[in-house]
Amino acid sequence: MAHSNANHAVAEEAPGEELKLPAVSFWNADLGIKSWLLSLDHKRIGIMYMVLTLVGFLLGGILAMALRIEHLTPDETIMGPNTYNRVFTLHGVVMIFLFMIPAIPAIFGNFFLPLMLGAKDVAFPRLNLMSIYVYGAGALLMVWSMVAGGVDSGWTFYAPYSLSTPASLAPALFGVFIIGFSSILTGLNFIVTIHTMRPKGMTWMRMPLFVWGTYATSIIQVLATPVVGLTAVLTAIERLFGFGFFDPSKGGDPVLFQHLFWFYSHPAVYIMVLPGMGVISEVVSVFSRKNVFGYKMVAYSSLGIAFVGFFAWGHHMFVTGQSKFDAGAFAIISMLVGVFTAIKVFNWVGTMYRGSIAVRAPFVYVCGFLFFVVFGGMTGVAISSVSLDVHWHDTYFVVAHFHFIMVGATLMGFLAALHYWFPKMFGRMYHEGWAMLSAGLIILGFNASFIPQFLLGNMGQPRRYYMYSPEAQGLNVASTAGSSLLAFGFLLILIYLVYAIKYGKVAGDNPWGASGLEWKTPSPPPKHNFDSTPVVDEDPYTYRQKGEEVEHVVV
Amino acid sequence: MSSSEAHSHNPYLAHHFETIEQQSYAARLGMWLFLATEVLLFGGLFLGYTVYRWLYPETYQACADLLSIPMGATNTVVLITSSFTAALGYHAIKVDQVKKGVALLWVTIVLAGAFLVIKYFEYAHKFHEGTLPGKWYTFEGLQAPGANIFFAVYFLATGLHGFHVVVGMTILAILAVRAQQGRYHAKNYVGVELGVLYWHLVDLVWIFLFPLLYLI
Ligand code: HEM
Ligand SMILES: [Cu+2]
Repeated sequence: MAHSNANHAVAEEAPGEELKLPAVSFWNADLGIKSWLLSLDHKRIGIMYMVLTLVGFLLGGILAMALRIEHLTPDETIMGPNTYNRVFTLHGVVMIFLFMIPAIPAIFGNFFLPLMLGAKDVAFPRLNLMSIYVYGAGALLMVWSMVAGGVDSGWTFYAPYSLSTPASLAPALFGVFIIGFSSILTGLNFIVTIHTMRPKGMTWMRMPLFVWGTYATSIIQVLATPVVGLTAVLTAIERLFGFGFFDPSKGGDPVLFQHLFWFYSHPAVYIMVLPGMGVISEVVSVFSRKNVFGYKMVAYSSLGIAFVGFFAWGHHMFVTGQSKFDAGAFAIISMLVGVFTAIKVFNWVGTMYRGSIAVRAPFVYVCGFLFFVVFGGMTGVAISSVSLDVHWHDTYFVVAHFHFIMVGATLMGFLAALHYWFPKMFGRMYHEGWAMLSAGLIILGFNASFIPQFLLGNMGQPRRYYMYSPEAQGLNVASTAGSSLLAFGFLLILIYLVYAIKYGKVAGDNPWGASGLEWKTPSPPPKHNFDSTPVVDEDPYTYRQKGEEVEHVVV
Repeated sequence: MSSSEAHSHNPYLAHHFETIEQQSYAARLGMWLFLATEVLLFGGLFLGYTVYRWLYPETYQACADLLSIPMGATNTVVLITSSFTAALGYHAIKVDQVKKGVALLWVTIVLAGAFLVIKYFEYAHKFHEGTLPGKWYTFEGLQAPGANIFFAVYFLATGLHGFHVVVGMTILAILAVRAQQGRYHAKNYVGVELGVLYWHLVDLVWIFLFPLLYLI
């Protein structure tokens, strides 16, 4: 049914004409497992990343459910306190380093960046392939550390606890270091690709906004990741040899650890969210049939977020004895991030205004994204006021804040991208009805999981504690119920997408009627993307100009 | 097709680039970005250096006096000379004097080896004295808070730098062998350029480490 009531976008295909998959595409241009494992094709590398990061997501998700089940009662439910510590640490580490950071850039960036630019591949295909093996090696180390003794310091690895805990931290820390390399390689590759691989006519101001988002992300990846890599290695060395670098009992300074850690890890939250913002810019214009409102502002605000993001890390350290001046400066700089984000939000809403909106699954995720970013961002501005942070620091309020803005937004961007580009990657359509149902479940489930956590944090439930006081049980149960909905939504998506890969309706080159070079190739695209290098002579979005009337299509 | 014809003309052009200029531009930009990541990697250590210098100013003075300025200075001269020969070698290959270029690259590698040998004697002396970092710090002559940390910074920074020297030597050796085999010459020299750039960075890091650790 989803296809019969298709909007104008689908109607472009002549009725009755049977669509066929191209006989040869990048999927079957070379055969055999080796042709995949050693492939230099950016599209195949994107697909392999998809498999790996989704395994990470599944693992992180199972751990999350275990945590929520544990919190059904104030005392022990299914695991002891030690296990609990390890589970929340691994949940954080796996979700952040194995899924959220690589997901959108490594899957959709790899697959679509060259296509959107009109290039044959990324600048360094070999490095690209190497990055996936580096990722795998780092991931294995992390998972191994989980089996070989567990990690219980939280994903933040704060010294001095991380120096003295008997758990086996060193492999996980080296894992962080190694995974960092894969992130650096991806970012470096994208920056060089964007600078050097644009064909004639693809000027900076003609680049799709997803490319801008990835560009800003890559800058952070390249400039911030080495610092966390060094910090992780220093911590591991310190554990092994006891140099005293971060250990106060030996004259070291644990606050230095926090500075080094957050110098990366604050910008890292923008590594996670900026690519999602790029996806939203693409999807919102396609499904509103209007050019992105304020293209330049959206593009520059990505760079603005990346830049300002480098100077906000101190808001994680308000309670470390920071001077009043520092605290004030970090608070104001943090709020600037909110300004750039708001610029984007207003522009996206402006794009929808008087457009011809097709409410399909990707568009629903855009709406979810806007909701999470606005509310998560506002709670961010709230906790960056120092006096409020002192109350909320290290409570569930912070947990809810970053899940709302970072996880919620990244997931919405990821799911929007997955549905929007699915037909291009696999050549077939997913089932719209099921997609709408799961989108509803996920957005609802996400709110139900984390709104109670805002309240819990405000009541004073600390994060990372095994037990909580009995009067908090109601909200905790509500949160667990919400996460079950969320999990169920994801399960549904997995099922109908896997089904669609094999049995979905053939999509055709451009099922959404979208502009953009990636839609000018067959679906799925051939191995070398374009038969001849395209010459670009128009803007990335060729829907309706500002002020031009959009004819509304009655569906 | 014009682009595939262009490919068959130039064996050094990878399939996904249109022109050799584009390919060289990409390679150079990639290398500069990589060097930026290296600067940030060392940057963390320099930050640690600064913080602890500020916490333990007297100890830092006393520790610096334990380092051998003649050895450090010799190493500085050795490394700067090696950067010079590397640059000359690159230039020679660029103007098609491949033999001379290869010889100069080998001179660079020998100088790098000399650097490591001198470093080895310095390290051995510290092992002997007991000015090792952390819990192995047993030197009786200086027992002040922060001394273990100064030497942690010293060994971490010079150790990481030494590792870079080894990597740089490997890269230069590969370049020299390949140039010998006729792969690098006036028409294809970007690879050498990148390797030499890397070597300059290794040199540059030392130029900061030497005064910070030994002199002030
Ligand atoms: C609108 C701008 C934002 C502001 C002003 C802001 C502010 C803050 C502040 C002050 C904290 C520290 C809370 C504490 O530990 O007591 C915090 C934590 C956090 N924020 Fe934000 N935030 C903003 C946006 C974001 C965005 C966009 C993301 C991610 C995409 C994000 C991710 C995080 C994370 C992960 C933490 C928790 C780190 C931890 O303690 O483990 N924030 N935020
Ligand atoms: Cu932050």
